[in-house]
Amino acid sequence: MKINDVILQTVTKIVVFIILTMAVYLFISGHNSPGGGFIGGLVLASALVLLFLAFDTETIMKRIPLDFKMVAAVGAFIAVATGAASLFLDIPFLSHAYSYFNLPVFGKTGLATVTIFELGVALGVVGVVVTIILSISEDV
Amino acid sequence: MLSVNLAIIIPFLAAALVPLLYTKISRKHIGWFVLIVPVTLFVTLARYIPSVAQGETYFSSVAWIPSYGIHFTTYLDGLSMIFGLLITGIGSLVILYSIYYLSAEESLGHFYIYLLLFMGAMLGVVFSDNLMVFYAFWELTSISSFLLIAFWYHRKRSRYGAKKALLTTVVGGIAMLTSFIMIYVMTGTMSIREIIAAIDPNHMLFIPAMLLLLLGAFTKSAQFPFHIWLPDAMEAPTPVSAYLHSATMVKAGIYLVARFTPIFGSHEAWFWLVSSVGLITLFWGSFNAVRQTDLKALLAYSTISQLGLVMSLFGIGSAALSMGAGEETVIYAQATFAALFHLVNHSTFKGALFMVIGIVNHGAGTRDIRRLGGLMSLMPISFTIALIGSFSMAGLPPFNGFLSKEMFFEAVVSVSQSGIFSLHISKVLFPAIAWIASVFTFIYCMIIVFKTFLGPYQPEKLDHEAHEAPAGMLVSPIILAILVVGIFFFPNVLGDYLLRPAMASILPSLQLEGMVGPISAWHGINPAFLMTVGVIIIGTLLYLSIRRWKRIYSLLPEKWTLDNLYNNSLIQMERISNRITSFYMTGYLRSYSIYIFLFFIAAVGGTLLFTGAYTFDLSGDAPISLYEIVLVLIMMAAGLAIPLAKTRVNAILLNGALGYSMALFFVVFRAPDLALTQLVVETVSTALFLLCFYYLPEWKKENSPRRTKRNNLIISIAVGAIFVLVALSVRGGKLFETISGYFEDAYELAGGKNIVNAILGDFRAFDTMLEVIVLFIGGLGVYTLIKLKTTKEERNLEDQ
Amino acid sequence: METLIIILTGVLVSVATYLFLSRNVIRIILGTAVLTHAGHLLIMTMGGLKTGGVPVLGEETTTFTDALPQALILTSIVISFAVTAFLLVLAYRLYQESRSDNLYELRGMLNE
Repeated sequence: MKINDVILQTVTKIVVFIILTMAVYLFISGHNSPGGGFIGGLVLASALVLLFLAFDTETIMKRIPLDFKMVAAVGAFIAVATGAASLFLDIPFLSHAYSYFNLPVFGKTGLATVTIFELGVALGVVGVVVTIILSISEDV
Repeated sequence: MLSVNLAIIIPFLAAALVPLLYTKISRKHIGWFVLIVPVTLFVTLARYIPSVAQGETYFSSVAWIPSYGIHFTTYLDGLSMIFGLLITGIGSLVILYSIYYLSAEESLGHFYIYLLLFMGAMLGVVFSDNLMVFYAFWELTSISSFLLIAFWYHRKRSRYGAKKALLTTVVGGIAMLTSFIMIYVMTGTMSIREIIAAIDPNHMLFIPAMLLLLLGAFTKSAQFPFHIWLPDAMEAPTPVSAYLHSATMVKAGIYLVARFTPIFGSHEAWFWLVSSVGLITLFWGSFNAVRQTDLKALLAYSTISQLGLVMSLFGIGSAALSMGAGEETVIYAQATFAALFHLVNHSTFKGALFMVIGIVNHGAGTRDIRRLGGLMSLMPISFTIALIGSFSMAGLPPFNGFLSKEMFFEAVVSVSQSGIFSLHISKVLFPAIAWIASVFTFIYCMIIVFKTFLGPYQPEKLDHEAHEAPAGMLVSPIILAILVVGIFFFPNVLGDYLLRPAMASILPSLQLEGMVGPISAWHGINPAFLMTVGVIIIGTLLYLSIRRWKRIYSLLPEKWTLDNLYNNSLIQMERISNRITSFYMTGYLRSYSIYIFLFFIAAVGGTLLFTGAYTFDLSGDAPISLYEIVLVLIMMAAGLAIPLAKTRVNAILLNGALGYSMALFFVVFRAPDLALTQLVVETVSTALFLLCFYYLPEWKKENSPRRTKRNNLIISIAVGAIFVLVALSVRGGKLFETISGYFEDAYELAGGKNIVNAILGDFRAFDTMLEVIVLFIGGLGVYTLIKLKTTKEERNLEDQ
Repeated sequence: METLIIILTGVLVSVATYLFLSRNVIRIILGTAVLTHAGHLLIMTMGGLKTGGVPVLGEETTTFTDALPQALILTSIVISFAVTAFLLVLAYRLYQESRSDNLYELRGMLNE
């Protein structure tokens, strides 16, 4: 399905970066203000969906050569693996640790293993949403 | 000692490895890999024989579901040692045999996985001390037996036999489970060793528990009248028949009886039930074996009969528990000893016979004795093995069957001499049945040897020229045949190291020191010896005149057999359940939805009404602004308009309106995370709806009858009303304080300031993890739904 | 406020139920979507509405809206998205294979 919609494509090119930035921001800030893995993942996925709508799928898949099924699987794996990691330390499943560090640029920053878990969630969401949309749109 | 737990696990692990190896190494060699498992286990177990013989027991426990008292507890004593050695020993021989028996074209991977599964399960049965674990393994043996019988699943007979075996043994298994629960109620423990001390024979549940337990044992060990599944189970490949349906699985029922003898054995009913069912089975099995024309069916009936023999010996032996220390106790203890002895002997000679029959089937292409004959010169080694096995089974010297058969006669004779439990019928009946059954046993043993290997060779009735089996196939039966002879000459090695310790675990309350003397072949001329001589003389006469009296079998009614009873009751059950099911399973989604909604209305509405739980308290409500009223009105209007929408696009847009209004509500309700999520999700799913609708047909007008529409309306309004009532009542009466305060410490507990996120990622991370997995499965579902399509050709194939 | 939202929930549940009892696959899927909304509103209401500030620590307020229902709903939103997507694709494939979206016509097609 070749669509030639110059205005949509031009707008998309700009908007996608805004959305992607937003997605990353939401993901990172989720710990202390609204946002988080789910929302970050969903926003990221919607950016990709917008790309698929504006351009055709082949072009995008050439630029972003990712198998989104794998992305989803990796996400699910990370989510489970972070939980399992705590088992090896003999603490209950899915226990998280956090601590504060003084990083050069960011200043005092809280780092938590929750972030890894959230990353898994986000990847899972992105992978699944894009897989669903792609499979339907390819099936014509 | 954890290694017993490990011994149970190893076959399962190996079974998991087989599929990996299956693709890597040549198919012919997969059996050699599998063979390592039982051999290793056998050697490991054998190393414990000396210490177990000293009376030592090994016990180890791993907590499984401790809150219910379920532990993965294993217990190695004399009794489980014998069975463990049988399972691994015969297992090794059978796998070795199967390497040559099955051709490489068969799905060997499946075969060995099932076999290993069975081996693990069977080891689990004999080593488990916990009732629930025992039950789990018990059922697993039934399942793996089902899979193995149906190994050639394209044959109708195999499927029939597998189903029959499964149904019979599982029904018994459930009876046994009920019994276990009763035992738990009586004693409060799941451990068999603790139950022995805690059981109270005067408890109300004692007899029901015993009966149900025996039902489990009798179905598993193919005792009359549940024996009918075993002949049909012979559809399995011969190695399986030799292993499961003669040497191990069918002996699980006997193990059950032996293991529970200390618990129930002191009761009179146990003695009568076990010994008389055993004797009836012994007779019926041997009587029916004689008329079989298929060698394997003949062996199946002979197995039934031999199992009955062992069962009856255990029954008689249990009487020792209710006697004090005295002369009679010795007699009964000897019966138990004989039971164990015959158990081992039976495994050796029957295993050898099954393997020989497999060889004959291989070499001559048939198992039908009417087509066989004169194979002695063509298959000399097989003939020798068959001769040894059959003569041992018939109870002739110099084979081990002679020794245990003599002991069996002694036991039944002594029962008749001592007026146990003051019933005099047994005086004549027990020895008589035993003797008659032994005559028939003698006859069918002769049939196996002489009809197959002597007489005229009939090449015109065979598909191909008969030939001896390859050497590899002969190894296992030869080993067994050597054992058959070896045990006759050195029976006390077996007796001292294996049988006596096992007896100690069956009859724990007795001091067995010196109670059972060494086994010897010659006792002088006593009743047992005379009975043996009688069996040989009468048996030979009857065998020679078999044509003349064979007509008595036609006297048995053809229609009223147990098999027909089984078949017909199965058909009836299917018909009745079909009728019941099709009454309410209409195939319309609407019907099922209506059941659910009506149930909801009746159950929830009824509960509200009868318990008077409806209290309305509207005082705590938050204030309403005009803006919110407008939003509520918009949502109501959008919602109500969806069913009325004329086109689908309208319906989707209305649904979208609902979703976006929800997002606005989340903003109003101070839930920014939700608002964000809802917005994005609503956008993506509206896109999805539109995408799908692009391919779907235009919405047709629903032309259902007016009455249906009215009913739908009534149901939906009722459901909505009950929802409102429930929600209002919940608002009205606060039953407990909110727990949300705990989560407000999110910063201290989880290091996050966003409480919602802390709950998702930390407090209730398990939910979130599973949610990601659900999402993933959903995605996979969508992907496979779209990508997997049956083409026209495939569909045609399926129809055939 | 709560009472009003509960009544709204009741209306949405009725609508969803009515859609469920329809013959058309798409209507049934829409029914599940509407029911999801109703469920979310109900969970939200059960926690009490507008009892405090946004559940993010560190701001001026010391009372917060109940965060637990919010977390539950967040989970539910994402899962219901997956379910809706699955159902939609099911309906789409159903139509592809059978050329019908009417459940009354579809009954018994298996044995054809």
